[in-house]
Amino acid sequence: MKFGIVTFPGSNCDYDAYQAITEILGEEATYLWHKDHELHGSDVIVLPGGFSYGDYLRAGAIARFSPIMQDVIAHAKAGGPVLAICNGFQIACEAGLLPGALMRNSHLQFISAEVRIRVENDGTMFTNLYDRGDVLRIPVAHGDGRYVASADVLDQLEAEGRVVFKYVDADGATSVDANPNGSERNIAGIISEAGNVLGLMPHPERACSPLLGSSDGVRLLESILARVAA
Amino acid sequence: MAKFRIAVHITPRKGLLDPQGNAVRDALRTLGFKAVKDVHVGRYVIIETDAYDALTAEDTVTDMCAKLLANPVTEDFEIESAVPA
Repeated sequence: MKFGIVTFPGSNCDYDAYQAITEILGEEATYLWHKDHELHGSDVIVLPGGFSYGDYLRAGAIARFSPIMQDVIAHAKAGGPVLAICNGFQIACEAGLLPGALMRNSHLQFISAEVRIRVENDGTMFTNLYDRGDVLRIPVAHGDGRYVASADVLDQLEAEGRVVFKYVDADGATSVDANPNGSERNIAGIISEAGNVLGLMPHPERACSPLLGSSDGVRLLESILARVAA
Repeated sequence: MAKFRIAVHITPRKGLLDPQGNAVRDALRTLGFKAVKDVHVGRYVIIETDAYDALTAEDTVTDMCAKLLANPVTEDFEIESAVPA
């Protein structure tokens, strides 16, 4: 399977994703340049973390108009898998691939820490190797990670099982203290209506080896492989 | 065609948590401005554009706000009248 990782000016987790996919997952990966209109036959698109276009205007606001994004949007609309991590999540929301938006952390500070997230839906193409209720240790690194949407949208996301990950404490409970950025309902990751676009603020690609402190992100990548290859 | 200048005010949507506004509000109160009730911090964008007339320029900038300058989920915008640039 071939993963296409988009590099925008200011992306800084594209290599993390490349390394996780090629060295841990053992699959093929290629970088996609933001100015190109070519997905090079990629089966899965990764929108990586970083600070595309310096976060000017709003995080992700300008990246969504990159030439490559028009092809990524077409890929997503055709049902192709898109894994949108951190800045990628912000871009996917700005592009309308996912509902809602990511705003400044409620405490106004950039947070770089390991957090715990709970798997809320184990039936997606990104989580089928986890069990519902699994608590994963995954790092976050962001200043604009507070997920917001209208109450109607939040209700709909929860009712449809589209809230895939929630921030939890060591006991697996969604407490206020476990919420690193003030996200509505402790939401850490959501999936599109069609189930092929996952957006999340935590970095599963940085939790793929004991050397990095956690391997809990590996099964997310393996889940894609299991589902897409099937 | 003539050249116009249009100013746009973009502010956090009312009712949404505005931590930046709250931080500035609290700082002002600490400085002794005890009467301060509420502060919201937004963006002020000045656009110069060619247009057939002022109305067309304002319509175009409204379109820019909807497409890029403001996030429809989290922000409101107001456009000032176009003035010759």
